[in-house]
Amino acid sequence: MHVKSVVMPNKYSDSMSLMALSTKVNDLAMVASAMIGMGTDLNKQVIQEVGLSTPEIEAATPRDQIIVVQCETEADCDVAIEQVEVLRSQGVATPAETSYRTSRQAYEQESNTSLAIISVPGRYAADEARTALAAGRHVLVFSDNVSIEDELDIKRQAHDAGLLVMGPDCGTAIINGTGLCFANAVSGGPIGVAAASGTGSQELSVRVDALGSGISQLVGVGGRDLSEAIGGIMMLDAMRMLDDDPQTSVIVLLSKPPAAVVAERVLAAAGELSKPVVVCFIGAAAPMGAPANVTFASTSRDAALAAVSLATGSPSAAVVPSYDLDTAKIRAGWQDGQTDIRGLFCGGTVCDEVFHVVKNQFPDRTRSNVAKQPAFQLETGKEPVGHVLIDLGADEYTQGRPHPMIDPTIRNSEIVKAARDAATAVILLDVELGFGSHPDPAGAVVPAISEARKIAADAGRPLEIVAYVLGTDRDVQNKSAQVAKLTDLGVRVVDDVIELATLSLELTR
Amino acid sequence: MTSSLFTTELGVVNVGLASFQHDIERQGAHAVQVTWTPPRDYSPEVRAALAALQQPDVAERIRVANEEVVKRIIDAHPMLVGFGQAIDVVPGMTKNTILHAGPPIEWKDMCGAMRGAVTGAIVFEGLAENIAQAEEVAANGGVVFSPCHEHDCVGSMAGVTSASMYMHIVKNATHGNVAYTNLSEQLAKILRMGANDQSVIDRLVWMRDVFGPMLQQSMELVGEIDLRSMLAQALHMGDEDHNRNIAGTLLLFQALAPHMLQTDFTLEQKREVFEFIASSDYFSGPTWMAVSKCALDAAQGVPDSTIVTTMCRNGTDFGVRVAGFEGFRWFTGPAQQVMGPMMAGYKPEDSGLDIGDSAITETYGIGGFAMAAAPAIVPLVGGTVEEAMDYSKDMLAITTTVNPNLTIPVLNFRGIATGIDVVKVLETGELPIINTAIAHKEAGIGMIGAGLVNPPFEVFEKAVVALAESIVS
Repeated sequence: MHVKSVVMPNKYSDSMSLMALSTKVNDLAMVASAMIGMGTDLNKQVIQEVGLSTPEIEAATPRDQIIVVQCETEADCDVAIEQVEVLRSQGVATPAETSYRTSRQAYEQESNTSLAIISVPGRYAADEARTALAAGRHVLVFSDNVSIEDELDIKRQAHDAGLLVMGPDCGTAIINGTGLCFANAVSGGPIGVAAASGTGSQELSVRVDALGSGISQLVGVGGRDLSEAIGGIMMLDAMRMLDDDPQTSVIVLLSKPPAAVVAERVLAAAGELSKPVVVCFIGAAAPMGAPANVTFASTSRDAALAAVSLATGSPSAAVVPSYDLDTAKIRAGWQDGQTDIRGLFCGGTVCDEVFHVVKNQFPDRTRSNVAKQPAFQLETGKEPVGHVLIDLGADEYTQGRPHPMIDPTIRNSEIVKAARDAATAVILLDVELGFGSHPDPAGAVVPAISEARKIAADAGRPLEIVAYVLGTDRDVQNKSAQVAKLTDLGVRVVDDVIELATLSLELTR
Repeated sequence: MTSSLFTTELGVVNVGLASFQHDIERQGAHAVQVTWTPPRDYSPEVRAALAALQQPDVAERIRVANEEVVKRIIDAHPMLVGFGQAIDVVPGMTKNTILHAGPPIEWKDMCGAMRGAVTGAIVFEGLAENIAQAEEVAANGGVVFSPCHEHDCVGSMAGVTSASMYMHIVKNATHGNVAYTNLSEQLAKILRMGANDQSVIDRLVWMRDVFGPMLQQSMELVGEIDLRSMLAQALHMGDEDHNRNIAGTLLLFQALAPHMLQTDFTLEQKREVFEFIASSDYFSGPTWMAVSKCALDAAQGVPDSTIVTTMCRNGTDFGVRVAGFEGFRWFTGPAQQVMGPMMAGYKPEDSGLDIGDSAITETYGIGGFAMAAAPAIVPLVGGTVEEAMDYSKDMLAITTTVNPNLTIPVLNFRGIATGIDVVKVLETGELPIINTAIAHKEAGIGMIGAGLVNPPFEVFEKAVVALAESIVS
């Protein structure tokens, strides 16, 4: 085996493109392994650990780009390195006509901008946020790996300046009808959302759209905003901003269950708003003594129903299942020991919502990496037993690789793995559409589904695959087209997140 | 609370992943992209100094000062008003003074090319019989070394300037200051490149006795030549006027030639001078350096300004000066290796480090900064036409404004990038681009290539630390 490295000084690319490029290079026939990344300590360590380090790589700085390939022959290494540049130039969006080298320049010269979106590596994100705030811009921090201290600091700075900080680690926002980052193309309307959950808010917006209403603003305040440390600073500011927003008539607050003291504070503040508020702390029961203008919902679906009902003044329509299956017949077909649900999710909140429903039904045999209580957590190093619901977008699965909403590799291999497990009866999948997502996420999962089906058939087992496509027909991927790709393979496609849970339970009870 | 986010039209500054900007534009909203790169890792001292200069009240004072500085640079109107011997025209010149390029340097620290030029000049001035003797004179304090810049001069490559050499006299019609530079020896085995054999000395003698006096007499007949307008025209004709000077040389010769014919010299001497000018496009190279020096000197000493007024090298150190400091406060770091095509027979390891005052052209906004104007330079200094375009665009990131008097047609007649701001250099991590000639590392050989080079980053860090001390305190 030969190892060859190239270090390109002062050539920066973001880690998302470089990880995607690494994946493509690793797929080349002549490449045994390859890695492309900036010369950060972390990347250098990873390269070292897989035995590909060279003195040249050791000397690289975070401003230098490292390409290292391992192949059978030296000639193959050379070809592979040439291919890197070919692959890099494929599918690269043409650079924007006006682009600035520093954000300061942009703030100075682009006076008609109100918001900064920051998606730089986490260790630089807080400084960029401070620069944006000092320039009077609202901020959306898409980056993750921002320390809680920095988050508190920038949110305090923003609060004092009357500005909003969305995020960190916030994938979704809709401002004045424009979707930002991982948002879906939904109708405009009277419902304003402040959410501490990315896919949760996407799901809520899509549900509202499906119910014939629409979104005025959707503000993602960041997954940790309602923690005790941050204290809901931005959730509180966002709900007041929505209360003042003339386009908003109903406000929805969406979060995983927050710290008790923060929940109280948020509820008290909600009570002071002039507009009706729907509060959804996913999976949590309604507390006692809620203010009069506050309605509770425990799922994103119920929150959407309640909000649309409040906005239109008409009662919610009854929820009718979107599927019409002879579930008893399917149940009768399971082999002995074929009992389990395997949820393999890209969306964290999708996993969360399904977990809450399944766990309530099977508290003894449901596990998930999103669970807070130890009894429900996955046991490290052990093969999972029972119903297992995995958020593949969680940190432990995304180290050094793109999020599964962008790169299907990790989930596809998990699907095949689940199919090999004789206990697996139902595989649950979510497919997120919208800006930022994979251009054809259903198509990307097709090969794994076919392989899973073949594995089960060869073993003489039936296998049910249930999927939910989160999106609209106006999303660039087009929901109908994406659904068709799945139903063509016999996948049961349901209409919302909760149905993923309810149908899987009906199939396995 | 200023909750204007929902009530004003959305406009986004996208710092990072470009796809977000595309998605926003696809929805019909306004979004601009910041092509972000990781900041350099600064020492705590530099970081604190930068932060101090970024404080809003300080930044405002700097902005006002820098506005004044770039106004002076842009308004400066350098005119050629004559030629004369250094001893007669250059401030502080004496019979045994040797001016050199770059920041101050002692004989013991001089590189090969600089030593070659110094000893050649000592022989030329009759201060020593031969090169070996000249080395002793230089080492034993027989001559006084001083930077060209500290005498209103600039000198190309080694920049060695001695008492009897003829100088351009360039006067700023707007601000009144004067700048000087000596005459081009043309190419390639020449004193400024470190060569010093008898052919080099003989040429210097001829330049002193024929070429210089003829130019002097011609200018007495011409009166003055508007160099700023001539430079503007040369840029439109495909020069960048650091390493590509063909248009500028033809324009300058065109202005001088009729008057040269009227001088007292013999027809044979006139023919020799015409042939000498025709022997290299570089004839006007020093002229544009003096133009740049003349404009930038007008901007020196504006308190609170963070704009670079000098970039120069002596083959050992790279030095910069900043407008905010009166006089000659140098910020120095090691001169870098120039990367580019070598002349036949030479290898990169033969090259000396970056040398010369010619980076004054980039400091003014021409040369490497104006490479978009001169795509034909690319074969000389390496790279591609696209890169040449990009250099001219990229330099906007570290400069304060553009100079409307000197424009680049292919960039829609955009002005040259003007006013390198040390704060912006640190904020962006982007260094000024310089295109330049390469001298051999040994004395006595000459030019062996040309290419591209950057200043060492530390000169800007040092400047920022000093500015923070002087401005904030």
